[in-house]
Formats: sequence, structure tokens, C-alpha cells
Amino acid sequence: MWKSITGRITLIAVLTAVSVVVLVPSLTDSVPAGWKDRVPKINLGLDLQGGVFLRLAVEIDKAIENTSMRYADDARAVCREKALPVLAFQKVGDGGFSLRFPPGDFATRAQATLKEEFPSLDVSLGEVKPDGATVIARMKPAEIQAIRTNAVVQGVETIRNRIDQFGVREPQIIAEGEDRIVVQLPGVKDQQRAIELVGKTALLEFKLVDEGASLEEALKGNVPEDAQVLYQKSVDPQSGRATKTPILVKKRALLTGDTIKTAKVNFGNQAGGAHVSLSFDTRGAKVFDRVTAENVKRRLAIVLDDTIYSAPVIQERISGGEAQITGSFTPEEASDLAIVLRAGSLPAPVKVIQNVSIGPSLGLDSINKGVRAALIGALLVIGFMAFYYRFAGMVADFALVFNILFLLAGMAAFSATLTLPGIAGIILAIGMAVDSNVLIFERIREEIRAKKSIRAAIDAGYDKAFWTVVDSHVTTLITAVILFQFGTGPIKGFAVTLSMGVAINLFTALVCTKVVFDYLNAKKPMQALSI
Amino acid sequence: MELVKNTKIDFMGLKKYAFSFSAVLVILGFVGTVQIYRGKANLGIDLAGGTSIQLKFQKPFSMDEIRSLLAKAGHSEATLQEVSGENILLVKLRALGKQDEKMVAEPMVNLLRQSLPGNPFVVESVSEIGPAIGHKLRKDAELAMLISALAIIVYLAWRFEFKFGVAAAIATFHDIFALVGIFWILGIEKDLLFITALLTVGGYSLTDTVVVFDRIRENIRLRKKGTFSETINLSVNEVLSRTIVTSLTVFIAVVTLLIFGGMVLRNFALALAIGIVIGTYSSIFVASPVVALWRGEKMTAVKG
Repeated sequence: MWKSITGRITLIAVLTAVSVVVLVPSLTDSVPAGWKDRVPKINLGLDLQGGVFLRLAVEIDKAIENTSMRYADDARAVCREKALPVLAFQKVGDGGFSLRFPPGDFATRAQATLKEEFPSLDVSLGEVKPDGATVIARMKPAEIQAIRTNAVVQGVETIRNRIDQFGVREPQIIAEGEDRIVVQLPGVKDQQRAIELVGKTALLEFKLVDEGASLEEALKGNVPEDAQVLYQKSVDPQSGRATKTPILVKKRALLTGDTIKTAKVNFGNQAGGAHVSLSFDTRGAKVFDRVTAENVKRRLAIVLDDTIYSAPVIQERISGGEAQITGSFTPEEASDLAIVLRAGSLPAPVKVIQNVSIGPSLGLDSINKGVRAALIGALLVIGFMAFYYRFAGMVADFALVFNILFLLAGMAAFSATLTLPGIAGIILAIGMAVDSNVLIFERIREEIRAKKSIRAAIDAGYDKAFWTVVDSHVTTLITAVILFQFGTGPIKGFAVTLSMGVAINLFTALVCTKVVFDYLNAKKPMQALSI
Repeated sequence: MELVKNTKIDFMGLKKYAFSFSAVLVILGFVGTVQIYRGKANLGIDLAGGTSIQLKFQKPFSMDEIRSLLAKAGHSEATLQEVSGENILLVKLRALGKQDEKMVAEPMVNLLRQSLPGNPFVVESVSEIGPAIGHKLRKDAELAMLISALAIIVYLAWRFEFKFGVAAAIATFHDIFALVGIFWILGIEKDLLFITALLTVGGYSLTDTVVVFDRIRENIRLRKKGTFSETINLSVNEVLSRTIVTSLTVFIAVVTLLIFGGMVLRNFALALAIGIVIGTYSSIFVASPVVALWRGEKMTAVKG
């Protein structure tokens, strides 16, 4: 008898010690660093500390279209070099395009050339008419699949890079399904800025300003085939009013952001404004050198995501691979711009389809209310049990305290995230935790009424209630586990605490309380039980 | 101390009344469910898609002024809610189309910030959910309910017998429908937390039912004579004091949550509180009578 009792007491003592060691760093910051660093912590959910939750849809179709349009541009350039006159150009279905050539052998020659130059395209001859023939080029399925996978994987990588440089502790950036990315940024205060940083495609392009055509005509709708109208946004620093200036630029980008080696913020030159300095890699530097040499005295537009940041006149050939983006930036804007340029552009544009941002003050308010509700709930239940079952109720309360301790320690051990619904789960678990003891105590009362000895009544009460306790816990556990499996957000947090609470309760109710009665009985058989 | 002692209530004799009461609840719930599917049942934006913004102003504000500002920006269908005494404004905007996933929170906040320069505010929370996501969350929740029901029937069929499992599942769905019906009548917003509450209430009601079933099984083995209904009455009376005490402790915990848990958890706690009462009722008045009706009055042994 004693052996089994001391065994159980030792087990409870060990569990308690482990729980305290695991739990303390989650509750207070004033513990030695060696202890704090080696022990997992309870994370606070966004609703309890503020932050941003974003679900992004990756617009893969756009990435496929963009790639195919790049191929089309390249293909037309190749045709021009080989003196193959392209009469018309058209988009075809998913990731394809067609080029029309005049009569003669132009189309067949173009087909052969394109086949050779672009191994990732399926090039076929379209319809042949008296006035010409078309060549149809489509991206190969493998290429499209690669873009698909890359769009999400690379997207996650790029966003992670940006967030790391932005400086968020414990961000979570994960791919979800085939075309979703979920971003969680706990504790972020400047939320709109973070959202913009994550969602920016950040495709940087250098395009020549089209000075040969008339801007007025273009605004009326007569845009030359190889040009487009983009807008330069500038903000007046005094009035804060934003103005948009249209500029006609060539469609073809002379250089894109993927050749950037570094980007950093500098202050100085114009009226103390911030600007971003870029340096290109070797290939980019070479291209930039050539482009600037060929276009001295012309304007070069610096375009980010189809918005012009500046369009300075090229004063002289720029070798050395350095460039600057100026504009009316605040230091934060300039720093964010440098971050997205360093981290690279997203392979496909993303769209925010879910945004949950909780301000830090609301988070603090929630945690205060939640913790207060949990404490009051626990105290009321503890008080009720002690009042209703007297001594036995206090034994149940003692088990309940262990229950809460183990539950919190368990959450820390798994680095689980505590949310406001999670606190609700704890409160409900507390309410239900005493259920097993109620079942057992009512049985014991029945046995005592049947004139059994106290000791026999206790043993019979535990025995008879055992399967009822197990059944009732397992059914709750089933719902909790399923909630966890299929739930998202608030449901998950609730399910975690509820299922852990129920599982732990099985142990505390059956072991922690029984050992108290066994201990008292082993010392001297109990004559009466206050229950 | 004992709340109830040696009761001999004829619960099965009350089943006529109980069944009619339950029928009303279930019909209400059925209507409520249909209304949810027709999109006419005040669904929260996390299930229907839409935008919700919580702002805390420095000074009291005029709801009419804000309403007309938003209407001018094309958001006349926005619902405004004021948290009295705290200068807090809640703006909710349900998603209209199925395809449109446009985010409107930021322009809305900017508009208010520029239009009300004399009364600065802090954005306490923003929540924007595209209709497709709302739809998906709803589908997930439905799947969760279905799978829980199946898993529980399987578990109870294994621990007791199939008829008990189904009766418990019927009682559970009775509770879920009743809660949907009551929330629909009250016009309270139904969001993801409400669905969580439904599942929790389901789980709780089952626990209660299982305790009664356990005792019925035990008494069937002990008493060879008498009718099944008598055994049920005996069993329910025997566990009545446990049922009341447990429901009371859980109820105490949930009411604390209702009073002190803050605005976010208010509806959730309310659903749990109502659900606990219904769950307790159904384990006594619905689950066991269903078994009796199905099994007949013969005292055949239950396995296990």
C-alpha cells in the first residue's frame, strides 16, 4: 500500500517540479538567461498581443501571363534581328501568343528560329492564309508547372526576407494549399506599413520615356503600340496632398530589379530628403552602362510596380553600376523601398484576401479581461466545491490547482499559442474538470449511504465511476481533437486548451485526489469523511 | 450539503411535454439553419466575408456624421455600432458579391481620419475577410460537425450499442439545432466562435448523456425485472444530483466568462451558457426516451 502511495506522490512531485521549471519563463522575464533560453514558451496569439494576420492569394495566372508576355517581347526582338517582319501579335489562351507574318516563307523561317532560340516554348505553325501565316508559341507544361510552384515557394521566401529585414520577432510565413500564403506578424505596431511591405510585388524596371509621341494623344487613347502611360506619384511635403503626373514610357524594360546587388537608404542631396542608392551586379552594371551611354540627354523612368518614382534626364554615361531612386520619400518609405529591392520582387502579384489586424492596446485589454475572467471563474468553482463537498471538495480543488499548473506547463512545453478563445477553453476545462470528482464523490456518497466502511466506499466510488469518467472525457476529447484538426484561427486556440485540459484532468481527477484519500487511510483507517 | 436527495421523479411520464417542447426548439433551429443558408441570418463577417473595423476615438463622435461620410464614399450598407461610454466605434460591412475580394478597410480608415481632423482615433482592430475565405471557413466548420457526430456515434456504438450511439447523436443535434434557433430568434450575430460554441455544447451535452447511459446500463444488469422506462427513471434520479452539480460548476465558469470576458467573447459565452442548460435538459428528456422508444420496454442486456 505505502509503496503505491509513495510512488504516486513521487510522480506528482516530479511532474510539478518539471511543470514549474517549464512554466516560469513564460510568466516572468526575471529568470536567468540560461534557464529562459533552454525552455519553450507559451506564445501569445495575435488577439492578446496585437499584430497582423494576412492571407494572400498568389495570382499565379498573372505570373504565367507575365512570363509569356516576356517571351513574346523577346520573340519579337529576335524576329526583328533576323529581318522577319511581324505584322501582328496576339495573346493565345494560357501562356501562349501568336505572331502573324506576311506571305512567303517568313512564318516557317520564324518557326525554326523561335524553336531554336526558345527551347521552353512549343512553337507550331498556325493557319496559312493568302495574306500571311501565323506562328503560335506556347509555354511547355513543365515550364508552366515550374512557374506555379515557384510562385508560391519563391513568394514565401521573398516575404520572409522582407520581414526579417523589417524586424519582426517570431513571424510565421507559410504556404497554404496551392496558391495561398499565410503571414502572421505578432506584435507589429505599424500595421499598415507591414501590410504594404508584404503585399508589394516590387517589380523594379527602368524604362525610357517616349518623347517621340504626344502625351495628349496617348491620354485620349491613341497610345503607340510599344508605349504605355504610367503615373508618377508625388506628395507635397507641406500640404500632404498627392499629385499624379502621367508620363508616356516605352513598354520594354531596359533593365529590371533582379540585377540589383544592394539597396540602401541615403540622406542628403535634395533638401535633406531620403533617397535609395542601388548597386547592380556585373551583368546589370554592364547593361546600365550601355543603356545610359546610348541615351544621354533622354529621360529614364524608374518604375516600381507600374508607378514611376522618378524620371531623371541621363546627363552622362553612368559606368560603375550605381544608381539612385529619388522622390519625395519619408525615411520610412525609403527604408521600406530599400528592403523590397534587396529582398527581390515577388514572382507573382499577391492579393490580400484576409486581413486581421489587432492593435496593441486592444490586445492588452483582451488579455487583462481574459485573465481576470479565468481567475474569477477558477475561484468561484473552487469555492463552490469546498462549500458543497467540504473536505472532499478541497481535495478536488487541490487536484484542480495541479490541473491548471500542468495545463499551462503543457502549453509551454509544446510552445502552444494562447488566444482569447484559448482562455475560454481553459475556463470551460476548469468547469468540466470537477465533473470527474463530482461523479466520484456522488458515488462515494451512495456507498456511504449503503453503510459501507469509509475506506471501502472510497475505493468503490473510484472503481464504479472510472468508466463513466473515461467515457465522458473521451467524448469531449473527440470533439476537441476534431475542432483542432478542422478549425482555423479562434477555433484552434480553443481546441488546444480544451483538449489538453480534458486529457490532463483525467490524470489529476483519478490520481491526484485518490492519493490523498489513500494516504489518510493508510495512516489510520478513516472513521468519517466530510463529503 | 446536498441539493437533491433521493428524488423519485417520473421523467419518462413527462416525455410527452418534453417532446413537444423539443419539437418547437428543433423546428426553430431548422428554420434558422435554412435562413443561414439563404444568407439572411446575421452571419458574422468571418463566415460571410466582409470588413469589420474597431476605432477608439479621443472624444465622443456623432454616429450620423460618420454614417453620412461612409454613405458618401459608397458604403451606405455599413452597420455602425457604438460602445457606450468608451468612444469606441464598430463599423461592419458585409461582402456583397461572391467574386469581389477587394479590401476596403484602409481607404475607409483614411477617409475618416481626413474627414474628422478634430477627433483623432486609434485603429484597435481591422478584420477583412474575402467571401471565398468566409465560404471556406464555413465549409470547414460544417465538415468538423459532421465528422464529430460520426466519430461519437462510432465511439458510443463501441462502448454501448448502436442504438445508444444514435440516440446520443440525436440528442446532440437537438441541442445544436435548438441553439441555432434561439440565436436566430434573438438576432445575434453568428460567427466562427458561435460554431465553436455549437461544437463545445455538443461535446458537453454528450458527456452528460453518457453519464446517464452508463447508469442505465449498470441498472439493466442489476435489475432483471421491471420495464425499461422504470430503469431510465431510476437511473436519471440516481445521477440527478451529479448532473445538477456538474452543470452548475460549468455554468458558473461560463457566466464568469460572460460577465468578465469582454466584448469579443460575449456572444460566445452566451451561447455556451444557453447550451449548457439545453444540454442538461436533453440528456434527461431526449436521449433516454429515444432509446426507450427504439429499444422497446424489454430489459435486454447491454453489452460492455
